[in-house]
Amino acid sequence: MSDIRDVIIIGSGPAGLTAAIYTARANLAPLVLEGEPSSTSDQPGGQLMLTTDVENFPGFPDGVMGPELMQNFRNQALRFGAEIDTVKASRVDFSERPFKVWVGDPDAAEPTHLAHSVIVSTGAQSLMLGLPNENELVGHGLSTCATCDGFFFRDQEIAVVGGGDSAIEEAGFLSRFGSKVTIIHRRDEFRASKIMQQRAFDNPKIDIMWDTVVEEYLGDGQLSGLRLRNVHTNEVNDVQFGGVFIAIGHKPNTGLFQGHLQMKDNGYLVTQPDSSYTDVPGVFACGDVQDDVYRQAITAAGSGCMAAIDAERWLEEQHG
Amino acid sequence: MAGAISTLSDSTFDEEIGSSSAPVLVDFWAEWCGPCKMIAPILEEIAEEQGEALKIAKLNVDEAQDIARRFEVMSIPTMILFKDGEEAKRIIGAKPKQALLDDLADYL
Repeated sequence: MSDIRDVIIIGSGPAGLTAAIYTARANLAPLVLEGEPSSTSDQPGGQLMLTTDVENFPGFPDGVMGPELMQNFRNQALRFGAEIDTVKASRVDFSERPFKVWVGDPDAAEPTHLAHSVIVSTGAQSLMLGLPNENELVGHGLSTCATCDGFFFRDQEIAVVGGGDSAIEEAGFLSRFGSKVTIIHRRDEFRASKIMQQRAFDNPKIDIMWDTVVEEYLGDGQLSGLRLRNVHTNEVNDVQFGGVFIAIGHKPNTGLFQGHLQMKDNGYLVTQPDSSYTDVPGVFACGDVQDDVYRQAITAAGSGCMAAIDAERWLEEQHG
Repeated sequence: MAGAISTLSDSTFDEEIGSSSAPVLVDFWAEWCGPCKMIAPILEEIAEEQGEALKIAKLNVDEAQDIARRFEVMSIPTMILFKDGEEAKRIIGAKPKQALLDDLADYL
C-alpha cells in the first residue's frame, strides 16, 4: 500500500481531468484512476471519446474532434504533474479517513490507495435497450459508437433509436454514409435542442418514425432489422436495416458508490447546492455523475474546477 | 523483427497472413476511431512482450477497404487472430490489456 495521497480522482472525462489540472497546479499531486479501455462510453476520456465534431466547446471556433479534445485535456493534466493510471477503481470505503480505494480485486484485504480527499467524476454511460441477443449483435450490425462504425454502413439503411441531442447528432453524422437514416422515437416530439431538431428536419436523408418503440432485434448472429411497434395503434412492423445505433440516454456510473454516497432515485450523486460537496466531507463529485440536468462537456469541466477548489480548501482546513 | 507492429494493405494482406508461421493478430482500425487509439499502446506492449510468439499487424480500414469488407468488419476496433492463414478468433471492441490477453490465451 502506498502513502496517503492528498487527492485521488476517479474518472477522466472533462470533469475529472479539469479537476486534475487544477489540483496538480495547486501542488496536490493528484492520482487519476482514468478507467479501462472499452467501446462503451465508460472508458478513459468519457463520452467524448465516442463523438466526432464537438461544436459547442468554447475556444474552438471551427469545432474539435472529441477524442482530440480529451487527449488535450489529458496532456494538460500530465504537464502539471498529475499521475494517471489506466485502471478502474473496483471498490471504495469512505466510512473513515483516510479514504480507501481499491483497484483490481475488490475483495483484497488491503486497499490499493489511501487518500485524504477523493473527487468522484465517473460520468455516465449510454443506455442500451436491454433486449435479448443485444450483446451478441454488438459489432454485427448493432452499434454503440456511430463514429467508430458509421463508415461500415455506406449506402445502407440505418436506424437511430432515441430522441435527444445525441440521437440527432448521430443521425446527422450517419447520414453522411447511409442511403437513408431513420430516427425511431417513442414520443411525438424530440427532447433535443431546437437547433438539433431543425437539422434533422432539414436533412433530406433523415426520416423520423414517431411514437415507435423497438420490440425485437431481427436476425441471427447478424442484425437484419427491427420489429417495431406503434405505441398508439399497437401495430407491429418488421423493418429491414443494415445498421442500428442506440442513443436513448444515459445512466450514471455510480454502482461503485452505492451505500457510500447519497444518491437520487435515478442513481445520480447528490451534491450540496452551489458546490461539489457530497454527503461525506472530503469526498467531492463533479461532472455527469452528479448532473442529470445540463450534461455538457463544458458544465462537466466547470464542475471539475469547482471540485478541485473545494478539495483544495477543504484540505487546507483539515491540515491547518 | 520481433516486437514490431507491421502495417498491412489490400495488396500485402494475403501474402503476409499466409506466409506467417506465428499467429497474426490483425488490428482493424481508423484514424477517426477513439477506442482504436486507446488500444494502440496496449497492442504495442503485447507485441513487445510476446516477441516471436505472436505477430501483430495493423490494417487501416480507410485504406484497405477490400480486406475489411472481405472479413465483414462492421465495428472497430476489431482484432482478428489468424492462425495458419485462417481466422481463429475475433475480438470486437476495445478492452483492457488483461482481457485481451485472456481472449488470446488459447493461441499463445
